[in-house]
Amino acid sequence: MTTVEPRRPARRGSTGSRGESSASTAPTRRRAISPAWGVAPFALYVALFLALPTAIALGTGFLDGDGAFTLDNVAALGDPFVVSGFTTSIVLSAVTAIIGAVLGALVCYALIGTRPEGPLRSMIDAASGVLAQFGGVMLAFAFVATIGIQGLITVQLRDVFGIDIFADGVWLYEAPGLVLPYIYFQVPLMVIIFLPALEALKPQWAEAAATLGGTTATYWRRIALPVLAPSFLGSLLLLFANAFSSYATAAALTSQGQSIVPLQIRAALTSETLLGRENLAGALALGMIVVMAVAMSLYALLQRRAARWQR
Amino acid sequence: MSAVTRGPGAVSGAPAPSRVLRWSILGVIGTLFAVPIIAMVEFTLRRGLEGGYDFSRWMLVLTGSLGPEYRVLGQAIGNSLVLAAATVALMIVLLVPTMILVHLKLPRWRRVLEFVCLLPISIPAIVLVVGLAPVYGVIARAAGSGVWSLAFAYGVLVLPFAYRAVQSNLDAIDAPTLTEAARSLGASWPVVIARVLLPNLRTGLLAGAFISVAVVLGEFTIASLLNRQNLQTALVIVQKDDPFIAVIVALLSLLFAFLLLLVIGWIGRAGVNRPRRTS
Repeated sequence: MTTVEPRRPARRGSTGSRGESSASTAPTRRRAISPAWGVAPFALYVALFLALPTAIALGTGFLDGDGAFTLDNVAALGDPFVVSGFTTSIVLSAVTAIIGAVLGALVCYALIGTRPEGPLRSMIDAASGVLAQFGGVMLAFAFVATIGIQGLITVQLRDVFGIDIFADGVWLYEAPGLVLPYIYFQVPLMVIIFLPALEALKPQWAEAAATLGGTTATYWRRIALPVLAPSFLGSLLLLFANAFSSYATAAALTSQGQSIVPLQIRAALTSETLLGRENLAGALALGMIVVMAVAMSLYALLQRRAARWQR
Repeated sequence: MSAVTRGPGAVSGAPAPSRVLRWSILGVIGTLFAVPIIAMVEFTLRRGLEGGYDFSRWMLVLTGSLGPEYRVLGQAIGNSLVLAAATVALMIVLLVPTMILVHLKLPRWRRVLEFVCLLPISIPAIVLVVGLAPVYGVIARAAGSGVWSLAFAYGVLVLPFAYRAVQSNLDAIDAPTLTEAARSLGASWPVVIARVLLPNLRTGLLAGAFISVAVVLGEFTIASLLNRQNLQTALVIVQKDDPFIAVIVALLSLLFAFLLLLVIGWIGRAGVNRPRRTS
């Protein structure tokens, strides 16, 4: 890799010109190995541990127990049991994404005007990172300790206010019980991804609005909110995708439940024959990927629109 | 998901809320978020059936005098630390040289690399596990079912985080000029990388390494479904016998991750404030 690539023009004028000219006067004295080969180890790794597993996960949905092609498993995506799993997953993700996005945006709003390197922001940054990325199993414990049958809040409400939150049965271990823990990691994630958009609002816009006689309310309604709308919707989609793909909290809360798709995949993986079909996990994975692909493509579109205002 | 690195924190141009409004919002939401943590702490202090509180379980955990039935927990923590180290090593050996190479020599591949590195965000771990199960079946037959092999899967999980951290650092230094300067002064490529580029990338590398450690220590899905033991899967097992000890360890690991991210933020800001910023 000692020769300068001859066909690539120097990117920054004078600094590269010396090497460039020597290379063009003495064309390829020594054939260097193409730098593209340097990417090979990483490419191999990604192929083995990202591309291959994804391909297997999507492909097995089309295979039966003997490895022959079948549409049986994919057809099972229409089974009421699976449909209810996807419905529950999508509703749960949408509800927690909306609540998380609104609360998270409020926190971001409250942080306007604080110093980015100040202690308040440092604490909130770190706490958000922990709760958004580390959550999982720990969140299940936290909510069992809070609103479990002997949880702090459950007991206080019962003993002090006479309210039994489980009067109609214990819902913490069913899908509704996932709403609060999910919000608990959605809000911090919103803070992490939405704060940069808010910080990209230019002071000149507020000044211009003020000079022209606009009130703060006008500024928010006519300038900031329209500019922020794509970022907000994009963050909403990212939150949806995050909740939709999350597994650990639900798995730690219930060891048997099959209310949401990730838990159905667990059941399919551990019991081999869910709904009397082998390889159903592959079909469920395929379904999840389709939902994720829709969400993430919309996100990419919105992101492109949002980027216009962040230069 | 971009927790690690944020650009140089510009103060937003939007009009700030009044102090009262700011602190009421932060106060209300902060209190709501404190409740589950307080509940966990309260739970660990409970004294069985007779009621009241004490610190006996915390003393047990902190002095390391747990009975042999908790040996699985110590083992699992060891496993998680080994996995964290292996994942970071994988990131430094495979990802970082590739990023430097693409940045300097193959700029046309940047979009491809970025796409690949951010792809794991769109692929749920639970989906990846469906395809990883047969792959790990082969690995187990070839190299045994040691826990260390999970690092390969974790390397994929941390790819988006590590990529963002290193890339933002790579964008902030003028790598082509630094490289050309070093080369024209007679440095060989290994010297350029070891003595010019890596020192300049240390903030990005550290941030990427720490966030990878945090992600690996919190990972549950893949370990649990591939039947490997790590901190999180052990917590779920211990919790069935003795929820109190499990909650204490969960709180401690939470605190550890919090401190880790606090340090990341501190490193990131130190990096931003350096005078070396170009462009």
